[in-house]
Amino acid sequence: MSEASHNYLSAKKGLWSWLATTDHKRIGIMYAIACGTFFLLGGILATFVRTELGTPGETILDQDGYNQIFTLHGVVMVFLVIIPAIPGILGNFVLPIQIGAKDVAFPRLNLASWYLFMAGALMAVFGWLFVGNVDTGWTFYTPYSSGASNAVLWLTSAVFVAGFASIFTGLNFIVTVHKMRAPGMTWNRLPLFVWAIYATGIVQVLATPVIGITMVLLFLEKLMQIGIFDPALGGDPVLFQHFFWFYSHPAVYIMILPAMGIISDLMGTFSRQQVSGYTFIALSSVAIAFLGFLVWGHHMFVSGQSALSSIIFSMLTFLIGIPTGIKVFNWVATMYKGSVWLRTPMIYALMFLFLFTIGGLTGIMVGVLAVDVHLHDTYFVVAHFHYVMMGGALIGLIGGLHYWWPKMTGRMYNETAGIIAAVLIFIGFNLTFFTQFFLGSRGMPRRYHDYTELLENFPEFAALNMASTIGSYILGIGLLMILVYALYSLFKGPKAPANPWGACTLEWTHTGPLPDEHNFHETPLVTRGPYDFHLADDVFGPKEEN
Amino acid sequence: MNEQASIWLPEPASTVAGDVDALFYFILIVSTILFVGVMGAMVAFAWRYRRRSENDRPEPVRENKLVEASWIAIPSILVAIVFIWGFRVFLELGIAPPNAYEINVTARKWSWSFAYPNGAVSTDLHVPVNRPVKLRMSSEDVVHSFFVPAFRVKADVLQGRYSYVWFEATKRDTFNVVCAEYCGTAHSDMYASVVVQSQDDFENWLAENMDDGSLTPAQRGERIYQQQGCFACHSLDGTTSAGPTFLGLVGSTRNFTDGTNAVADDNYIRTAIVNPAQEIVEGFLPVMPGQYATTLSAEDIDALVAFIQEQ
Repeated sequence: MSEASHNYLSAKKGLWSWLATTDHKRIGIMYAIACGTFFLLGGILATFVRTELGTPGETILDQDGYNQIFTLHGVVMVFLVIIPAIPGILGNFVLPIQIGAKDVAFPRLNLASWYLFMAGALMAVFGWLFVGNVDTGWTFYTPYSSGASNAVLWLTSAVFVAGFASIFTGLNFIVTVHKMRAPGMTWNRLPLFVWAIYATGIVQVLATPVIGITMVLLFLEKLMQIGIFDPALGGDPVLFQHFFWFYSHPAVYIMILPAMGIISDLMGTFSRQQVSGYTFIALSSVAIAFLGFLVWGHHMFVSGQSALSSIIFSMLTFLIGIPTGIKVFNWVATMYKGSVWLRTPMIYALMFLFLFTIGGLTGIMVGVLAVDVHLHDTYFVVAHFHYVMMGGALIGLIGGLHYWWPKMTGRMYNETAGIIAAVLIFIGFNLTFFTQFFLGSRGMPRRYHDYTELLENFPEFAALNMASTIGSYILGIGLLMILVYALYSLFKGPKAPANPWGACTLEWTHTGPLPDEHNFHETPLVTRGPYDFHLADDVFGPKEEN
Repeated sequence: MNEQASIWLPEPASTVAGDVDALFYFILIVSTILFVGVMGAMVAFAWRYRRRSENDRPEPVRENKLVEASWIAIPSILVAIVFIWGFRVFLELGIAPPNAYEINVTARKWSWSFAYPNGAVSTDLHVPVNRPVKLRMSSEDVVHSFFVPAFRVKADVLQGRYSYVWFEATKRDTFNVVCAEYCGTAHSDMYASVVVQSQDDFENWLAENMDDGSLTPAQRGERIYQQQGCFACHSLDGTTSAGPTFLGLVGSTRNFTDGTNAVADDNYIRTAIVNPAQEIVEGFLPVMPGQYATTLSAEDIDALVAFIQEQ
């Protein structure tokens, strides 16, 4: 067998070799196919939402239809795309190779997590198609959800099941990083992507059970009429909000920390420079993972929780804001006196810095008590979390996929097409969501089917909404363009070299264009840090004397 | 600057709005400076240190402790400022003056009702200008949120407990009240207006709307129709929303979802109010709350029937 055909894709053939695989790389690819499909679904739902809002009055959806579509958009994007995507796809594919391991610590648990994820996802879609529509929003707030149809229980069961997939993944990575590092791969030589996925694993394991318990309590209340959250049964509706955000705020870090890890790797590799503040970035990921458990109440400043709670939550929120800001400074500083190579992955890294900084600064805005009272539950918040979740987490994911694409598929994609799509996405994204800051701070509430009656006092809402809708179409075209050139690359793209970017981490330096089934023939011996380009004579050849 | 509308904020119309706006603009300006600075550095570095050759291997940069200390210290100072500032204005928003005029607010799917100390009840909020007003709010069903963008005040409204907002309107005009917490089908139709009047106009309005027992049953029914928010789903002009219109209802033949039909008479209307799920008219969903058998008195229901008969 020739060297080129001996790799993880060619080692075994047939559908069963995929469905029964315990190879972390193949499980990563299976996550990619699943999450990619759900992302397409969530994106189509988003264009329905934006089309409805493009003009005042009823455009294509009636009130109930609109409420169901935005609910499903939220559930699909949060639980089936953003939470699982980076750990599931890139964490699985890249992390074991980056630390010099042959696989994750528990390969069968890893496969089980994919099946649980698919079970949860199919329950959600099956429930939508055959059981009934849910219109509670992805937050399932009581008592609205207490009074909603039992179809909501299908969806919460789906969230419950998919949650265990997340716990399995997180647990696997924690153990893998602790126990399976190659000789010489000390903690301070871990790529920052590994640190980020490790910190994410902690949050996944500690936070996800809380959403599971909350969903079980909702079940008990609806089916057995036990008063927990519904005031009509003697329950407390605000308690649900506490439980929900006790998971869902840490979940924000499940979504954003892995993307920050990708950006750290991209900034280092494409600046060919040590990532500025390596130790700070590594440890702040872990610090943010823990602090993230202490700020849930900042979603509830106007909910009726005590003023003292609100004040404490606001203060703790800023404690997270500061290290996040410092990370941004570090990423920018990484380019200083580097050798900056503007390839598609780096374009996405810079786009992340632009969009995530706006998301972070507007996060300060909504973290300030008095200002949040005005902005809470308006489109300002919608814009803010799309800048963080899409501009941050998903742009990070797309950048990471472009970066590791040659390693995953053995092919290159068209660089020009990549840059054109990135520009379309950048323009479309900002047109879609920046307009929503104005809508929100001027007073348009979120989850609104129609704004006709506001036009008398706020005539500009018509133009702003139209602009946002046009932006969403441009954004959609950019994303579809990626799908097209990715598929083309998969079949017709030129063969990739083993290390097309001149990167210095093990997945590039110690594997072929496509990794072998068990990653390495010999366990690598690590002798330098992940971004020590100046020491990497093995990558660049002996250093020329100037 | 703070008394004007901008692309960012609508015209401020309460005493606290100016304070909220000042803080908003402060954060906006500081954020813009930081953003431009960071992006400027990013673009400058990307250009100045662009790759010249495939074999570029820059030497590592020595960490500069002064720079690092500054980018820890400056954000820390800035967020400390905005936290303390936000905290102070938050207290201002949260503590009503002791002499505030109190109005009770009831929220329900999908309407508001406002009850005044003299017994008057309205669906639009009327308040006197330049006088602190405190709202004591509760919900009959799910969580709603009372939000007046022009006043910069908002609070969730819950079933089974009171929540409060207070404000002192500074401009005689009409503003929007919107529901900011998602509450189901007609969430985006849950509007009311705040009518800010001079003290005299307000007193006159209150007197006109006081219930002094002189109303006919149909007039009383109209008042209940407004107070209970029936109008949110049942129009008087023939338009269809979540429920059937009342226009021409009495005497018409109703086709039900189970295939049966009936002519709408007094008893049909009474049943439809106290037990709305019994018969569902074709084309509608069983969404009407079932509480009216207990929350409305027999006289109230008679009055409503009389009112609907007149439509």
